Amino acid sequence: MITVPFDYHSPRTVPEALKLLSTLGDDAKLLAGGHSLLPMMKLRFAQPAHLIDLGKITDLRGIAQVGNEIRIGAMTTEYDLLNSKLLADKVPLLVEGAGLIADPQVRYKGTIGGDISHGDPGNDHPALMLALDASFVLQGPKGERVVKADGYFLGMYATLLEPGEILTQVRVPVPAAGCGYAYQKLKRKTGDFATAATAVMLQMKGNTVAKVSIALTNVGATPLKATAAEAALVGKQINDASLNEATRLAMGICDPAPDQRGDADYKRAMCGEMTRRALQKAYERAAKA
Amino acid sequence: MAKTQTVSFQLNGKKVETAVEPRELLIHTLRERLLHTGPHIGCETSHCGACTVDVDGMSLKSCTVLSVQCEGADMLTVEGLEQGGVLHAIQQAFHEEHGLQCGFCTPGMMTRAYRLLKENPNPSEQDIRYGIAGNLCRCTGYQNIVKAVQSAAKKLAATATA
Repeated sequence: MITVPFDYHSPRTVPEALKLLSTLGDDAKLLAGGHSLLPMMKLRFAQPAHLIDLGKITDLRGIAQVGNEIRIGAMTTEYDLLNSKLLADKVPLLVEGAGLIADPQVRYKGTIGGDISHGDPGNDHPALMLALDASFVLQGPKGERVVKADGYFLGMYATLLEPGEILTQVRVPVPAAGCGYAYQKLKRKTGDFATAATAVMLQMKGNTVAKVSIALTNVGATPLKATAAEAALVGKQINDASLNEATRLAMGICDPAPDQRGDADYKRAMCGEMTRRALQKAYERAAKA
Repeated sequence: MAKTQTVSFQLNGKKVETAVEPRELLIHTLRERLLHTGPHIGCETSHCGACTVDVDGMSLKSCTVLSVQCEGADMLTVEGLEQGGVLHAIQQAFHEEHGLQCGFCTPGMMTRAYRLLKENPNPSEQDIRYGIAGNLCRCTGYQNIVKAVQSAAKKLAATATA
């Protein structure tokens, strides 16, 4: 319950935060919503000597469309995502996903940027980002770089984010009109991390799949993009045979860690089931004209 | 030892100022320094919601917020629900519908219900259950808490139109 002592910093701008980060070095951690970091500190899994709170940097919060892209500030909360009319209209997958994350209190504080930066395979945004082909803006002492979500997640709690960098913005290409979507999450109770979950974006052309994106949550050390399952579906109709094949291929890339949510076999099977359900739901929602 | 910082915020309509270490959790500041012992501590993993308070229009688990993050905040705890000796509709409804037994989750539950009903004055049973999913209760089985929130919604609607 009690963290080790630390110093607290509350910069008002990103450059100020970057300066603090470079001055304080490895002893400093960025504080966003605080609903992963503080719990780890309260159990003394993490003992940073300095916290740099990004909460007062208003530039880091907000959802806007710029051209054919939705730009979401890293400090935008789950609550903001859940209540965004723009997202409901343009990227409903993110709204569906946010509604399955944690509980109301946590959603008022937890941020999309924090959920992604934490690099916990149990988190939901990483797979949602893969399914949406999102990019992340990383600002560092040498300036800004934009990296793809696909390739960003390196391992448990490890991402491309370098020491000294801040993830400042999430960029999501606006999905094509009529795109089907779904996030299917199996969990033991509301607020739990997924036993297995699958995010799907699906675009039909007539009776056949034109484009599909499938990403898996909590069945490996990182979120997984089920590329073989995607490739197997393109040009096919959605039916039992094609769903069986996609499910089999998605299960093939799972490498789940056994824990109280189940052993590896169970989680792999549930990943298959969530993938099947997400594809079916996305298919129901896709325009088939 | 990190140096202490002064933090000031509105607590139930009154300005308070106190010196805290950066690592001090809001729940401890409320309970130990400001003697608002209604908000409780039921876990150390941010699940139970017994510590829920209302901060700047948000239901927050005060065990997962640092007091230094609350500079300038406007805060409501269960102690601020009653006005001039009159129970808030939510408190009255929890009493009438038997929405509590041991009372340990009740301050967090009522503070959460307060914000839920501000955001959604006419929630369905499903809205209520989803809306209080961040608050655990060992005693009631939730059924009467749902009834209490429904009853409070009716009471609040009646006073709004009266």
